[in-house]
Amino acid sequence: MNKILLIIQREYLSRVKKKSFIVMTFVVPLLFIGMYAIIGYMFYKKDELTDIQKVLVIDDSKDFINKFKNTPALEFRYSQQPSEAARGEFERSTDDYLLLIPKDKKNLQLLSQKKPGISVIGDIETQVNEIARTRQLVAAGIDTSVLNAKQAQLRLNTRQITEKGEEDASSWLAYGIGFVGAFLIYMSLFIYGVQVMRGVIEEKTNRIIEVIISSVKPFQLMLGKIVGVGLVGLTQFLLWIVLCLTIAGFAGTYFSKDLHLKDQSKEQIIAKGIQNDSPVDEGAAIITALDSIPLGYTIGTFLFYFLFGFLLYSSIFAAVGSAVDSETETQQFMLPITMPLIFTFIISINFVINSPDSPLAFWLSIIPFTSPIAMMIRIPFGVPVWELILSMVLLVGGFLLITLIAARIYRVGILMYGKKASYRELIKWFSYKE
Amino acid sequence: MLSVQNIVKQYEGHRALDDVSIEIPKGSIFGLLGPNGAGKTSLIRIINQITAPDEGHVYFNQEKLNSTHIGKIGYLPEERGLYKKMDIGEQVIYLSRLKGLSRDEALKRAKYWFEKLEIQTWWNKKVEDLSKGMQQKVQFIATVIHQPDLVILDEPFSGFDPVNADIIKNEILELNDKGATIIFSTHRMESVEELCDSIALLNKSKKILEGSVKDIRNSYRNNIYKICYSSQEPLQLITPAFVIIKQVLKDDHNEITIQLEEGAKINDALGYLISHTEVQSLNEVIPTIHEIFVEKVKGIE
Repeated sequence: MNKILLIIQREYLSRVKKKSFIVMTFVVPLLFIGMYAIIGYMFYKKDELTDIQKVLVIDDSKDFINKFKNTPALEFRYSQQPSEAARGEFERSTDDYLLLIPKDKKNLQLLSQKKPGISVIGDIETQVNEIARTRQLVAAGIDTSVLNAKQAQLRLNTRQITEKGEEDASSWLAYGIGFVGAFLIYMSLFIYGVQVMRGVIEEKTNRIIEVIISSVKPFQLMLGKIVGVGLVGLTQFLLWIVLCLTIAGFAGTYFSKDLHLKDQSKEQIIAKGIQNDSPVDEGAAIITALDSIPLGYTIGTFLFYFLFGFLLYSSIFAAVGSAVDSETETQQFMLPITMPLIFTFIISINFVINSPDSPLAFWLSIIPFTSPIAMMIRIPFGVPVWELILSMVLLVGGFLLITLIAARIYRVGILMYGKKASYRELIKWFSYKE
Repeated sequence: MLSVQNIVKQYEGHRALDDVSIEIPKGSIFGLLGPNGAGKTSLIRIINQITAPDEGHVYFNQEKLNSTHIGKIGYLPEERGLYKKMDIGEQVIYLSRLKGLSRDEALKRAKYWFEKLEIQTWWNKKVEDLSKGMQQKVQFIATVIHQPDLVILDEPFSGFDPVNADIIKNEILELNDKGATIIFSTHRMESVEELCDSIALLNKSKKILEGSVKDIRNSYRNNIYKICYSSQEPLQLITPAFVIIKQVLKDDHNEITIQLEEGAKINDALGYLISHTEVQSLNEVIPTIHEIFVEKVKGIE
């Protein structure tokens, strides 16, 4: 036992002391934040970042003349010429689109110099339909100005009925947290699993393995390595969580201070009669919504699923590492490990996240190979306790079983040199006596 | 010290050890010889408890081999290896702690050995920065730092230059003087005669010879002598005392190799020779371990 601790200590310290670990710890969150900041900025400023598209409108029906609204992305121009002549003019001009509206207002055509973007088509379509509908309403004798004034922007305020009463059922946040949790587990199973495999291959190709297993049992070495690397992963996550909570804490106080300021400015905005959804508003909403998600519970289950998912997969990685002489030979064994991971991740982010209580979601979150990812998606939406316990018990059981199998392959594999390992070979190794 | 009894080790498709029994006396330097693939490494792995035998037992100081003996054995494998990215001082301490030393004790002894082999300045270097010979020294320290009662050295001199090989050889002899039993596994015979008290010869998974070096060589004496004499002419003798096996004519003397006839004494042979020529030297030809090895291995094939 003491020797396992020694091995864990070495595996842990040798990795944590590395520069790359420290860099990863601080740079990765910054990279993520930076990436989202850029995406957010581009989304926010997307109108400024895109060119203004010019649309030439030829309206034979005359219903649409001067009715199109210019948007930051679209600029409408009208021509009185017959369509044939207009077409010639369009081809010579710098206009991007030519919208042809025939007299009967059927078969509207959009001609373009280049392939039209989907959002442009959508925008024009929406405007055409709106204008046509307004005309119909007017024709039916309805005052559209009254109608528009009454039209309200409605939003669903979702609240979940629980034992404690109603709670904010902020699905979008659950969605986000589930996705991030599942993604982190998916990535880390790969990253740290491969680290275990590399470690095993290193010991084997260095031939230090024989010295070590003349002192400790192969199983002790394998377990020590896996736990050591797992602790490295946990350390990294804990550091990330602490970093993120600190940043979120600062952001929280910043937003709540802002809330006060904003109340004053809102009055001015209302006075001007401008509808404005300021980004500050949303920031504060995130903070309040975060409070509705049980943070300790989410982080706790995340760490559990990371740890045992990692233990399960990394013992397979260790067995693979023991079976080969170099990393290039691992290809044939990698596919069966990575397939369930990739499969689960894709299914999870596409289906499970949209229907977290479906039978598919249930089964994926119960089977040990898929549960670490699938369950993380479901956790923020709320999972019945019995399902959670069943999933956890099966995961621990799966880990023990897989580790026993992996250890039997490992103990033979690490001493086999120059032998091309195949699946048949691995089965033979498994059935060897001591 | 170590008693190997009727060991059988079966691998898929071939038997690595077939009913092998060896006795290794306490305090001896024991040579485990054999061509490649004879089963030496398999046997060493069993003694190191890396693998277990299918049949048979190993006794260490009359006790059945068990995990408490791990700290009493030091093993230098043929294929050397250390962690490339780890400081060698830390590495030696780590390996000796795995053998059961406390951190303080490991540090003290590592310092002692580093000084003894004059490598104390390398303490904070990484293995990848060292030459192959330097790595071997570090590896040797890691093998013996926990003062094992039994030191198993698999091809210990491969990779050493003659100077360092001598240093290591002297360290081995010193350990032996202090009471450690040493097992040498090698297929290089010249080092064996010089160092080993006893040997066992393995071939094709079986032990074919075991005993002290002296006894074995004596038992392979064939009453063959090599005599140098001064004469320009080859001797043409037919006597009842010996037959001539070989004659070599050289510039200043001739060499004759003779084998005594059954019951004849060397003095009888000398009597004949002295009456015909002037004898300069006489040596008995005792087969070297190498020759016995080759003869034995070939004889089986």
